[in-house]
Amino acid sequence: MLYLSIKKTLQIVFGLSIVALAFTVQAGTTTADHSKFVELKGPFESGPAVTKACLQCHTEAAKQVHQTKHWTWQFKNEETGQLLGKRNVVNNFCISTQSNIGACSSCHVGYGWKDDSFDFTSEPNVDCLVCHDQTGLYDKKKLREGKVSNLAKIAKKVGETSRTSCGTCHFKGGGGKAVKHGDLDPSFDAPDKFVDVHMDADGLNFTCSTCHTTDAHMVTGSRYAAAAKDTTGQDYPGKKGDISRATCVSCHDDQVHENQKLNDHIDKVACQTCHIPHFARGDYPSKMWWDWSTAGKMGEDGKPISVLDEAGNEIYNSKKGDFTWEQDVVPAYRWFNGTVQYTLPTDKFDPTTIVEVNKFLGSADDGKSLIWPIKLMKGKQPYDTELNTFITPHTTGKDGYWKTFDWPSAMEKGMAKAGLPYSGKFGFIETEMSWPIAHMVAPANEALACKDCHSKDGRLAEIKDIYIPGRDNNDWLDKAGFILLALTLAGVGVHALIRVFSRRQQKQGGV
Amino acid sequence: MTNTTIKRVYIFKGFERFWHWAQALLIMVMAVTGFEIHGTYSWLGFQTADYWHITCAWTLIGLWVFAIFWHLTTGEWRHYIPTTDKLMDVVRYYSMGIFKGEHHPYKPTQVRKHNPLQLLAYLGFKLAMAPLIWVTGMLYMFYNDWAAFGISGLDLELVATLHTLGAFLLLLFLVVHIYLITTGHTVFAHMKAMITGWDEQEEEVKEEDAS
Repeated sequence: MLYLSIKKTLQIVFGLSIVALAFTVQAGTTTADHSKFVELKGPFESGPAVTKACLQCHTEAAKQVHQTKHWTWQFKNEETGQLLGKRNVVNNFCISTQSNIGACSSCHVGYGWKDDSFDFTSEPNVDCLVCHDQTGLYDKKKLREGKVSNLAKIAKKVGETSRTSCGTCHFKGGGGKAVKHGDLDPSFDAPDKFVDVHMDADGLNFTCSTCHTTDAHMVTGSRYAAAAKDTTGQDYPGKKGDISRATCVSCHDDQVHENQKLNDHIDKVACQTCHIPHFARGDYPSKMWWDWSTAGKMGEDGKPISVLDEAGNEIYNSKKGDFTWEQDVVPAYRWFNGTVQYTLPTDKFDPTTIVEVNKFLGSADDGKSLIWPIKLMKGKQPYDTELNTFITPHTTGKDGYWKTFDWPSAMEKGMAKAGLPYSGKFGFIETEMSWPIAHMVAPANEALACKDCHSKDGRLAEIKDIYIPGRDNNDWLDKAGFILLALTLAGVGVHALIRVFSRRQQKQGGV
Repeated sequence: MTNTTIKRVYIFKGFERFWHWAQALLIMVMAVTGFEIHGTYSWLGFQTADYWHITCAWTLIGLWVFAIFWHLTTGEWRHYIPTTDKLMDVVRYYSMGIFKGEHHPYKPTQVRKHNPLQLLAYLGFKLAMAPLIWVTGMLYMFYNDWAAFGISGLDLELVATLHTLGAFLLLLFLVVHIYLITTGHTVFAHMKAMITGWDEQEEEVKEEDAS
């Protein structure tokens, strides 16, 4: 009897475990097996053909994508009134997309953007696979060259985005691995806990979209309109108005430390400042300096050259000029209220200074700013020496600088294509550009310690408009205080000497 | 001819001695850690220095609560009623008489344990220096809660500077205080009194009386 009941219990436990296991496996997968869809049977002769198939069920998907920056490459900043986005801004990497769009659009979520004739209302032109491929086989470059392969295979396996699918473009921004951001590089395909505590492939295994939550294809957490200081606190189901989890506070709230004094810092210091002590913490150095002014030197054979350093990083390329690379870089620090002011190609600047390609706005006392870590990208890039504006050179294509090595022509063509006024006279000017650092969150024991900022010449040396104990002091008071202390010590010293001396005299006199 | 004998008077009570030495230790630790936090030198590290500075501050606040209660309930506060009686004599003694082997013009009693100059110094410590460093210290500590307390128009730099001013004043007090305890009839006489509670006072006695 007893034996039977134990056996029965074991059976029940075993049975339940199987059911539980089935549910566990089920969790995180989808209710639809795309490989069973007749629409995706293929074969597909082109990218848009796949998209058409997708749209048969996902009827609104393309319209949604059309609304996003991933599609428009355009963003109107209501704070500054500036029209931004990849189509409009200049940077100090490859400089500008305007005349080079045929090449730059290799990272556009669409098919066929080669020039102004591109139809931004076309639904089949949306590239679903570049984000939703799960096989790793999708090769947009080959597809653009007209080589079609594996499309049906890829289409049958589509699913949620992954670190790798986002990384196809975002880990290689600026034309190569780790070039642009400093805190995003292919280390994130399978990072360990040291590189990022949340994305740790053997741990929490976050994907990009775990934080960059998405609604109707609109991805949250853009640096064009950054949530520099999340004052809305922790997010939870039912909370209105904030679907973005792209801030630390979204999950951790702003009172996360046991030590209240650390929590107190949150009114002035972004989490990232202490918890991302360095950027380029993964396997790749990031580009820190790009000097276009030295481009065009040829090898002895008269052909373009590429020079590598000992570590294999390219430090010179005839097409692009000189570079420097750094790993484990100490960020620069700036007040940041989320608004970025760009120097657009239409904006004049003072050529006697280092020009800020963009500027993080904010201050100690606007109530909206925190001290943020940034990658400060520096370099030299072309500008109009008469008009004191940036030039958007034409570098790509058959008539671009990378083929012709003819600067005057590249400047002329680029400006004409962008419809910008150009005097015909150009030079190179030193610039710097700020990139917010928000990824590569280190394990807690790697975070900054108090003394990293609370010391003379600490990390926040450039943040001058707040009083930092241990760094700042009133020089007059310190001088006066220590002089008085020295005088007092001398005074009691003299008093003591006279006492000793006079006592000895009295004793001698007494004897 | 005159001679001297030693008379013992019980001046410092148990709690008072405990309070004094605990306070002395706490103030010295806070001076060492405080000037490190201030950036004058690096020794313990900012975090450790800060931890001990804050810990000692709260301990001393607790101690002061007891001390104030003790002073009020025992009537010991009366020792700090200022007076100018014999003040100039004491000033003259420390600036001249002490070198001539004169005796201190003031004898502590259980009713008046401090000489008038000493009394003024301690009163200054209790009514000026301590409140300055306490108030600025608390403001410093609760910097993030100023708005909640309804405090406006202050900035951290001002508070930190005043706190440092208080620290320098206390430091000067400490130097002079430590030096003056060596001026008893022996170098350690005053220190002994604060440890045992018993003050040893020199008394002049006529030789014929003594014999």
